[in-house]
Amino acid sequence: MKISEKWLREWVKLDATTEEIEHQLIMSGTELDGVDPVASAFSNVVVGQIKSIEQHPDADRLHVCQVDVADDKLLQIVTNASVKVDQKVPVAKIGAKLPEPDGKIFKIKKSKLRGVLSEGMFCGAETLGMGEAGEGLLALPSDAVLGADLRELLELDDVVLDLDSTPNRADLLSVIGVARELGVIMQAPVKEIAFETVDISIEDTFPVKISADDLCQRYAGRIIRDVNTQAETPQWMVEKLRRSDIRSLSPVVDITNYVMLELGQPMHGFDFDKLEGSIEVRKAKEGEKLTLLDGKEATLRTDTLVIADEKKALALAGIMGGVDSAVSETTRHIYLESAYFVPEKIMGKARSYGLHTDSSHRFERGVSPDLQIKAMQRATQLIIELCGGKAGEIIDISTNSKLQTRHTIAFERRSIQRHLGIEVRDSRVEDIMTRLGCTLESTPTGWDITPPIFRFDLATQEDIVEEIARIYGYDKIPSRLRPLVPLIVPKQETQVEEDTLHHLLVNRGYREAITYSFVPPEMETMLNPSDQKIKLANPISEELSTMRSTLWSGLLPVIEKNLKRQQNRVRLFETGLSFINTNDGMLQRKKMAGAITGSLYPESWDKSSKLVDFYDIKGDVEALLAESNATHYYFTTVEHPALHPGQSAEIISYDEMGNKVVIGYLGALHPSIEKKLGLNQTVFLFELDIDRVRQKKLPNYSSLSPYPSIRRDIALVIDEKISFNEIAILLEKTGIEQLIDYTLFDVYIGAGIAKGQKSLALGLIFQDFSRTLEEQDISCYIETIMNVLKMKIGASLRQ
Amino acid sequence: MKQLSELMDQAHKELIVASDLSALDDIRVHYLGKKGLVTAQLKQLGKLPAGDRRAAGQEINFVKQAIQKKIEERKADLQQQALNLQLEKEKIDVTLPGRKMDTGSLHPVTRTTKRIEEIFKQLGFNVEEGPEIEDDYHNFTALNIPEHHPSRASHDTFYFGDGKLLRTHTSPVQIRTMEQKQPPLRIIAPGRVYRCDSDVTHSPMFHQVEGLMVDTDVTFADLKGILDAFFKAFFEDDHFKTRFRPHYFPFTEPSAETDIQCVLCDGKGCKVCGHTGWIEVMGCGMVNPEVFRHVGIDPDKYTGFAFGFGIDRLAMLRYGIDDLRKLFDNDIRFLKQFA
Repeated sequence: MKISEKWLREWVKLDATTEEIEHQLIMSGTELDGVDPVASAFSNVVVGQIKSIEQHPDADRLHVCQVDVADDKLLQIVTNASVKVDQKVPVAKIGAKLPEPDGKIFKIKKSKLRGVLSEGMFCGAETLGMGEAGEGLLALPSDAVLGADLRELLELDDVVLDLDSTPNRADLLSVIGVARELGVIMQAPVKEIAFETVDISIEDTFPVKISADDLCQRYAGRIIRDVNTQAETPQWMVEKLRRSDIRSLSPVVDITNYVMLELGQPMHGFDFDKLEGSIEVRKAKEGEKLTLLDGKEATLRTDTLVIADEKKALALAGIMGGVDSAVSETTRHIYLESAYFVPEKIMGKARSYGLHTDSSHRFERGVSPDLQIKAMQRATQLIIELCGGKAGEIIDISTNSKLQTRHTIAFERRSIQRHLGIEVRDSRVEDIMTRLGCTLESTPTGWDITPPIFRFDLATQEDIVEEIARIYGYDKIPSRLRPLVPLIVPKQETQVEEDTLHHLLVNRGYREAITYSFVPPEMETMLNPSDQKIKLANPISEELSTMRSTLWSGLLPVIEKNLKRQQNRVRLFETGLSFINTNDGMLQRKKMAGAITGSLYPESWDKSSKLVDFYDIKGDVEALLAESNATHYYFTTVEHPALHPGQSAEIISYDEMGNKVVIGYLGALHPSIEKKLGLNQTVFLFELDIDRVRQKKLPNYSSLSPYPSIRRDIALVIDEKISFNEIAILLEKTGIEQLIDYTLFDVYIGAGIAKGQKSLALGLIFQDFSRTLEEQDISCYIETIMNVLKMKIGASLRQ
Repeated sequence: MKQLSELMDQAHKELIVASDLSALDDIRVHYLGKKGLVTAQLKQLGKLPAGDRRAAGQEINFVKQAIQKKIEERKADLQQQALNLQLEKEKIDVTLPGRKMDTGSLHPVTRTTKRIEEIFKQLGFNVEEGPEIEDDYHNFTALNIPEHHPSRASHDTFYFGDGKLLRTHTSPVQIRTMEQKQPPLRIIAPGRVYRCDSDVTHSPMFHQVEGLMVDTDVTFADLKGILDAFFKAFFEDDHFKTRFRPHYFPFTEPSAETDIQCVLCDGKGCKVCGHTGWIEVMGCGMVNPEVFRHVGIDPDKYTGFAFGFGIDRLAMLRYGIDDLRKLFDNDIRFLKQFA
């Protein structure tokens, strides 16, 4: 809420400077979005009146005016503004200084405009730092004294405090509320503005019925007849409204707005002649139409409260009035409304119609239930004072007899220490509470505290503790680093830490990326067409509308972007959740994914410029899997829509029940996707389900054999189609304990090997625990192994 | 005997021109070998008169030893020369760059997260995680934010329908933790959060860390103490200043916003801190009893504090990153700077 500082000072007597007020507000919980002067620091601008206007002899768009500024003689001023004779205008006299937004100062000098002398300049709101451009000259009241200094006339030595109060403090949405708050935090006296209650001079009343008493618990209304809706809103009111960012429209609307700012009660004025029968506060009928003040027709729902007469809905209660029953220039009699709507019940309603008004903002947060009549009296007084008229009796209907009672809070002294960790003297507590407007009664353990009616946010002990802390000062509560009893959750040594996997990839040259969890739907469809996508109901854009089912959806565009930026060697990884819809609901699993492209090594004077291939990324994946050594992982050929059908593998393991568990995938990006993404180099990808590669064995020492190991190399010739995996499985199944390890050190296809065959060179390592193995032992093992390999996969020894 | 001195001269001359070890060996064999010239002289001794043998023998042996010594000397010379040659040949440019597989880097946000975790672990906090697709209950209701509450409006929530949404803060993790564990509790929960808002200073996805401490005697003074200690450690400055201002959050009471001294101007006032010397970084407060009631913790027995702050913001302040959007652009040239 924006409030003029001068206006606040009318209510609360403060010796403090603006800076002190600002600081105290901030430190007691009300932030300021800005403290802005109400006008620029101009000087020597006075009220003038145009006496005559002549056309400039040499310029169509210029006029030559004679202006009375109450000096000895009239000033001649040339202007391009549209002006009328007798109009009162702000005149920047010779010597006036007008600061511009860029900080420069424009000085008014005697000058000639197309040969005609000009002794000053007329000012618009923008020139004076009082508003936007394009509003013409600043309007001045007809009774402004000629020659009066504009700064004094409009009280422009003032700032606007842009208060950002928290949603619980509905009481701070008015001048009186902020004044009261300042009174408390700055220990200053608050003085309510007194006004005289208008006498009832007509007998007219209008019946009111509240049908929806769960939504509206108080409704007050009165008729005021013979109101001059053409009257001029006084300058002081226009200025105060302007400083709160409310444009002056017409006197009745201005007055209801003014009272809302002053006291916090939103009000509404109807054209009484447009009302039929009686007022009914009811829920809207489904599909009922109402054209609002903003000109838009709303189609109402039954959860919405409306103010209606016997025939039709007149206004969206607490949100916005309807255009048909609004006070207009032709209105003669008005019906004034001042109501209390239940905050919890009207919360979110304005937003559901795409609206947010000063009125809905206040009603949703809560308007004090004691304000309705006071606001009605104040508005009536101002209307009659400014527009004339005769007021009828107020009809005040309340549907909740307890609306004005406040519950007493049994407050225990010890709760201060318990929540804040400090002792606050009883007298200090009492002083704080009293100044906040609470009534106190001592009890053996503390006080019974009754908050004032306007502080309906105070209901619990904790609310009171917060108020004590706030006024006492958060900065006076000590910062205490207390001894902390250890809460040891031991690191599980049998779980691979995510950090370990991060660092492993970093050490292998990967850079970590963080991409959005929502991605373009096309990307998802391309990479994972079969999964059920999870789509956002209200995405920022279509580009960010689908939750990623694979981290590749985020990494591939990053690869593409970096390649475009001439980075042709890219190695990236990311960790995060992937999202898919399953029959059991939305599944969120943590994945680790990588993507590499370009040369294997950074360009160097010594190394080959070998490009990465499948086995490079597989090596990285194997290193990651090696961390989790309690599970045996298998790589099997697989068809994956995102991957090259001849260079893709599924990583699997088996659980205790022998069921296959998919750990992840790796491979070359499918060439057709590569093409679609406009990539001109091959990208290799992997993705692992992190929680499935976490199991680690606790090291378990086994003694070392004192006897030497013996290595025997053999070259197998087998069908080209047989995967190495099959051989590995057979080797493990031979049952030769002494075969402690083996290594594949060559794969050969070509001259000397029959077509369709390949040669694999294996180094087999044997060792026994009880003796040194002899030549004949080794020969025997080799023979066994070869028999198995020959029988199962038709392998032979290369000659 | 003239023959002997000639032999010696001749051997000398040959040794001087011998250019390698094998030539040297040839010389040795030629003079001192079994059939060598000097050996031949020794064999001739028997033919001399008995009285001359001794003197002649001595002379031949003298020559033999002299040649032997010369050969040794020459051998040492040649070995030295050969070594010098080898060293010269093996000389390399040590200023050429070393051979390496380059090292990658962690994202600055991860780097900052790990730093935050490290400090809180030292304070005895454990790290918890939670889902990112949340339900309305854990993200709002259990945190004392009923439907249509004005503070929901400021959350700009992404919805999926049927009560599911993308978590708007990491606070649901405190609810999930308290649902499963009983106090005493000290946890932090870093992670991704989402708000339907995107401009220069807002990203629809960003990172927060939630903190929670619950025990029989936790107070606001402890909250200040822990956070004060955290920021001092994070910015490695024992005199680092923090400030707590009253604020409102439905899930804490009393609530506070925490400002830290501006790290760019050391609190003197600059453009970044809006000339106030302070930068707002977090919301915190004492856990609202309503929240305790939602998770079945007795508010008459326990008190606690909770806090939440943006990791991205802290990373930006720490590393001088001026544009939030750079964090999620993943330009390799940007990422490389955080090695």
